[in-house]
Amino acid sequence: MKENIWTRPLYYIIAFLVASISLYPLFLMIMSSFKPSNEIFMNPLSLPKSFSLEPYRNLIEQVPFMTYFYNSVVVSVTAVLLILICGSLAAFYIARYTFWWNNALFFFFLMGMMIPIKLGIVPLFILMKDLGLTNSLWSLIFIYTATGIPLSILILTGFFRTMPVELEEAARIDGATDLRILWNVLLPLMRPALGTVMIINFIQAWNDFFFPLIFISNEMKKTIPVGMLSLFGEYSADWGALFAGLTLSSLPMMILFFIASKQFMEGLTAGAIK
Amino acid sequence: MNTAETQVKAVNKPAAKTKTKRKWKRWAIHLFPIPALIIYGLFIVYPIFAAFTYSLFDWNGLVRGAFVGLENFEALFSLQPYKDLFWNAFQHNILYFAVQMIVQNGLAFVLAFIIYKKIKGAEFFKIAFFMPRLLSIIVVGFLWKLILNPNFGALNVILGKFGLENLQKAWLGDPDTALMAIILVNSWFGLGFAVLIFLAGIQSIPHELIEAATLDGAKGWKMMSKIIIPLMMPAITIITVLTFIQSFEAFELVYAMQGSQGEPYHSTDTLAIYFYRLAFGGTSGGGSSAIGLGSALAVVLFLFISVFTAILLYFMRKKEVEM
Repeated sequence: MKENIWTRPLYYIIAFLVASISLYPLFLMIMSSFKPSNEIFMNPLSLPKSFSLEPYRNLIEQVPFMTYFYNSVVVSVTAVLLILICGSLAAFYIARYTFWWNNALFFFFLMGMMIPIKLGIVPLFILMKDLGLTNSLWSLIFIYTATGIPLSILILTGFFRTMPVELEEAARIDGATDLRILWNVLLPLMRPALGTVMIINFIQAWNDFFFPLIFISNEMKKTIPVGMLSLFGEYSADWGALFAGLTLSSLPMMILFFIASKQFMEGLTAGAIK
Repeated sequence: MNTAETQVKAVNKPAAKTKTKRKWKRWAIHLFPIPALIIYGLFIVYPIFAAFTYSLFDWNGLVRGAFVGLENFEALFSLQPYKDLFWNAFQHNILYFAVQMIVQNGLAFVLAFIIYKKIKGAEFFKIAFFMPRLLSIIVVGFLWKLILNPNFGALNVILGKFGLENLQKAWLGDPDTALMAIILVNSWFGLGFAVLIFLAGIQSIPHELIEAATLDGAKGWKMMSKIIIPLMMPAITIITVLTFIQSFEAFELVYAMQGSQGEPYHSTDTLAIYFYRLAFGGTSGGGSSAIGLGSALAVVLFLFISVFTAILLYFMRKKEVEM
């Protein structure tokens, strides 16, 4: 097929234009985080005169950012681990056995992907209160585990089904239990699927703002996203610190993305395509 | 069979021993889905069902009162200010969906096509479009709130540099532009994701099909409308449904940029923000039993989203062609 000579240049112009709109705000955010507030107000667009760390110092003085960070790590890592454990156990059961209720069970879990759980937030809040979990990191760990389970079971079940049965038959003849087969034989072969599940849920838990907004009011139990709310609520005049906070919240995700951009993009879309 | 018997038999016949052992193993396997079932059942399935029952009661703060049947629903649709607030927010959600479809998804389709055409640096462009998706939506909201600030925000400063002072605005303070600004920020955030889904859709079309169509003289718009779009219907369906659900659940970005009142003057209010106000943020316009009303709104929204998603899926699946 012959292309008009203007077609290709047009492609590049559109792609560059959109790419700069996508990236410029991020660049601006990082750049501004190295400028003291008055410099931001005077020259918002220019590069920082000297890379000042003052905004970061102010940030840490104003809000317990390190505590937020610690909480975010604990919540995300624990939730991801629980999802991997619960998800692979359930998916193994669904994919490797053919009890008559297995299809119904699978469907029951998948239904969760269609449930807009935010609309159940009132009963959920009262439940957490009754369980004594409000203002506890466990409220977040449990809700992220619960919301992550359906998609993880979908992905892992699909993967278990592609594995040849012969793999485990040998182990079964040797008398290995299901748990041993799962742990020693199947899981080591499932790294790509486990990686996908980890990435999707880690991003979800790390970035979520809605649930801690409802469940957490104690400053010392806040995760980074709600911590940003405290920062913007009380120190909204110190733009340097604000940009520093935004940059610092996004940094871990960006670093992980640069290490494994392919897995990230495949992981996040995997859920939608299946 | 008691234990003593089992042991005797086991000694006599090794086959029996493996049988009981296998029986235990068979039971153990049923423990596997239990942890997932408990966590998922307790924290997802139960609250959604409970939300339905909550909507049928009168509430006093967090304490449940008398059974009132459908009164909460009636109030939501017939009493002021609830009625006006509902329709006001509902219109905003519809606009949210429409603009997202045109700006975010339309542009994403074009970009996916451009990447598919093997331009140089395709990988760089994919990464660039995708980067905003890594941020927490609250960070996105706050970042753009700073960029759109009327006095020191980057957007107005840039407009000033290009001599476009007359275009400078208090983007988020003006009821005419605030909602649109939020929706466009949302498009900025979601663009890369849509590009990747569309790209996966185009790339799944077999090359032979496109070559055959080219030989038959299909090109330009005809190629697009008769070959590429029909074969991409699965991807288009996914994006449409996801955009629909996300538009009608829109909460975080509005909350970050305009607060729980949908400032200014409810011009950015959405159903989810209104729901949050009813359920948690005190009351908007008197009345004490806000949890009942909030739950009623949640039920309405839930049913609306489910029914429309089902309808969308039904009609769009019909348009999908077998490859």
